[in-house]
Amino acid sequence: MLGYAGKILEVDLSTEKIRTVSFGDDVLGEFIGGRGLAAKILWDRLGERWETVDPLGEENLLLFLAGPLTGFFPGGRICVSGKSPQSNGMVGSTVAGEFPIELRCAGYDGLIVSGKAEKPVYLLIADSEIQIRSAVHVWGKDGKQTVRILTKEGRDFLKSLRRGEPREPAMLYVGPAGENLVRTAAVMAKWSHAAGYGGYGAVMGAKNLKAVLAKGSGPLPEAHDIKKIQRLINEVCRSCYEKEDFRRWGTSSAGYNVGAKRSAEPVKNWQEEWHDEKGFKVEEFEKRLWVKKFWGDFGCPTTCLKIAVVKTGRFKGAVGDNPDYELQAYVGTNLGVFKPEENVYLASLVDDLGLCGIQTGNVMGFAGELYQRGILTSEDLDGLKLEWGDAEAFGKLAEKIAYRQGIGDVLAEGTFRAAVKLSELKDEDVSRFAVHVKAVAVGAHGIRSGKDYPMEMSYACSVQAGDHTSVAYLPITHSTSELTVVFHDSAVYCWFNMFGQPKDLKWRFYEAVTGEKLTPEQWYETKALRIIQLQRAMLLLGGPDFTWNPKIHDDNPLRFYEPLPTGPYKGKAVDRKRFEELRKRYYEAVGWDENGIPKSSVLRKLGLYDVVSPMEKLRSKT
Amino acid sequence: MGKRQFWIAREYEKCSGCRKCEIACSLFHEKRVWPEASRIRIFMLVPGVEFPHLCVQCQDYPCVEACPVNAMSVGETGAVIVDKDACIGCGACIDACPGKIPHLHPAENYAVVCDLCGGDPQCVKVCQEGGWKALVKVEREENVDYRKYAKSPEELTRELAFAFYGEKSEELLPC
Repeated sequence: MLGYAGKILEVDLSTEKIRTVSFGDDVLGEFIGGRGLAAKILWDRLGERWETVDPLGEENLLLFLAGPLTGFFPGGRICVSGKSPQSNGMVGSTVAGEFPIELRCAGYDGLIVSGKAEKPVYLLIADSEIQIRSAVHVWGKDGKQTVRILTKEGRDFLKSLRRGEPREPAMLYVGPAGENLVRTAAVMAKWSHAAGYGGYGAVMGAKNLKAVLAKGSGPLPEAHDIKKIQRLINEVCRSCYEKEDFRRWGTSSAGYNVGAKRSAEPVKNWQEEWHDEKGFKVEEFEKRLWVKKFWGDFGCPTTCLKIAVVKTGRFKGAVGDNPDYELQAYVGTNLGVFKPEENVYLASLVDDLGLCGIQTGNVMGFAGELYQRGILTSEDLDGLKLEWGDAEAFGKLAEKIAYRQGIGDVLAEGTFRAAVKLSELKDEDVSRFAVHVKAVAVGAHGIRSGKDYPMEMSYACSVQAGDHTSVAYLPITHSTSELTVVFHDSAVYCWFNMFGQPKDLKWRFYEAVTGEKLTPEQWYETKALRIIQLQRAMLLLGGPDFTWNPKIHDDNPLRFYEPLPTGPYKGKAVDRKRFEELRKRYYEAVGWDENGIPKSSVLRKLGLYDVVSPMEKLRSKT
Repeated sequence: MGKRQFWIAREYEKCSGCRKCEIACSLFHEKRVWPEASRIRIFMLVPGVEFPHLCVQCQDYPCVEACPVNAMSVGETGAVIVDKDACIGCGACIDACPGKIPHLHPAENYAVVCDLCGGDPQCVKVCQEGGWKALVKVEREENVDYRKYAKSPEELTRELAFAFYGEKSEELLPC
């Protein structure tokens, strides 16, 4: 099909066999690429034995898939997937950068990694030249040193191929956290870009895969109508250029909007969701820390990223992406940290360690609350006094997590598993302080005030669980709905650049690239629904350590039912009756029975015949 | 005198690394989105330290001088024009360039150098439209030493990394 390189590279690290696989137009037309195609590949290859597949075992697959719009639609991203060591389902986790552009220019729409290398390795892809190289010398290195060393090695190799100055290959990699199989580890790009949801950094680590580098010398795949694509690119860009506020501040302006005004930002492990407007002021970041005001990835008109450097004080020298809203919240307010310098220090530290800021900030907040309540003592924490707002103490805790030292070994399992373990150790149920859905820490957007975007069932019913970028929403055709997001993450591009665009622009763009017409009816009634069912099936099958019962686990964190103690929406909480009503309506809208299991009739209608029997088995159990 | 001569001045620290210039350049010259065939290339040897690398049109044109087959000439805009049929892809122009700026076309055997799109450079257009203004079309003056702007990717990386990251830049440089 037009718009595709037509091949996916597959590397088996156990046997060192390298091959390419292709999918027919029938599969690509239905599953598009990225998250959709990942669901199809994972189900076809692992579906039959899903419950027994250990996400951190050799048998798991690690997928890096671009989509037909990657590189054409402004703002390049790639979707990382596999069986998630967090939810035990499948999460499509996207990250920005030039890696997917290089991959497609090298002739591949994606990369599938199977097996496990005997010793640490990295992959170097330069068009048809594929090398599995030793990574023993970079194993244990933090993000910045990994990038430095491998950029040099990659360029040295490219220099040997042709005359002139080669540019750097693009790279995805893991830090120490991924190597140590920390379930909150991310797959990293540049210094601070992360595919965090799902915990695929640990999957890379489990495969002894430190990094993947790519450089492609060809053009992006041939498209249906390049002139039309050029006009559409201009249309997208013009609209993005008008978003002055978003360009200037990125998502970090939300620290004020969400925290102070909407009262939906986690504070001290979600005990509160409000801080006064003097809390985080985005202008202070700009004045005190920014060395680059507009930073973006391939083709991006918005360039909402900024680079921050701490110039004075204790944390002088900390460098990284200015914390976006999520990291301002999770390694800021959620830990009681309100100083820009300290926030940047913690963000750059978790990046260097290769930890997902959301998942790790959540589990550190959880530990902070247990310390506040005297359940975890400084003795449990190897002497750390985990007082709210103590950036240095939380920084030390992040290191313990990344290296699985002491209490860090327990917290490295992520909030849900740590809560199970600590409940045993402390002989006290601490799960009510664990703010996650199906072992995925929820994004920094609360529900209680009712003023932010998620609905009461948004996290509970998402097939990606706590992922704030992919929430269950009604109507399912809404731009915020998971079924819409599945398109963005399957065609694979940055959907911040889709904000405010006409609804039909994505279908027009898809047609200009592939030559195929795609209607909203086809998408929402068939294609998106099919992908959602596959993800739901894998999530419910779960295993091997935990499985989810929708009757119990399609629910909010218990904290969300406690009234907000402060702020303009003091006293507000999620109303359980309304939540249950919305959950019921959502189940109906996506074709699940009253217990949340995909209906056989719906699965058959979507042609998912091999999903019918496993779901019937689940039905008979509940 | 024919057309007025100009060059593309650059303010490196304003480069957002978005690479829209590469997209515009390759669409203009190749009718494809083709970063490696773009006459302007963004380097990122250190994250955040992106910069455009393109011909500065040295007043003495050492690349043109060095070409063993006379495949290079100076056009009326002041740009270096490569005769792709005559070029043998030997790389002598790259060696002669104080900034190692020319590169070989990734699919065919000839050197590519910015030709200023014949007078209406597409990279400048997109960079200005987006408000980054890292690339600016400026009329050329006599008595200006343009050669001093020609720097290798390593040199530019070192300078810019220091400007952004200070002494810490030393531990971040891959070169």
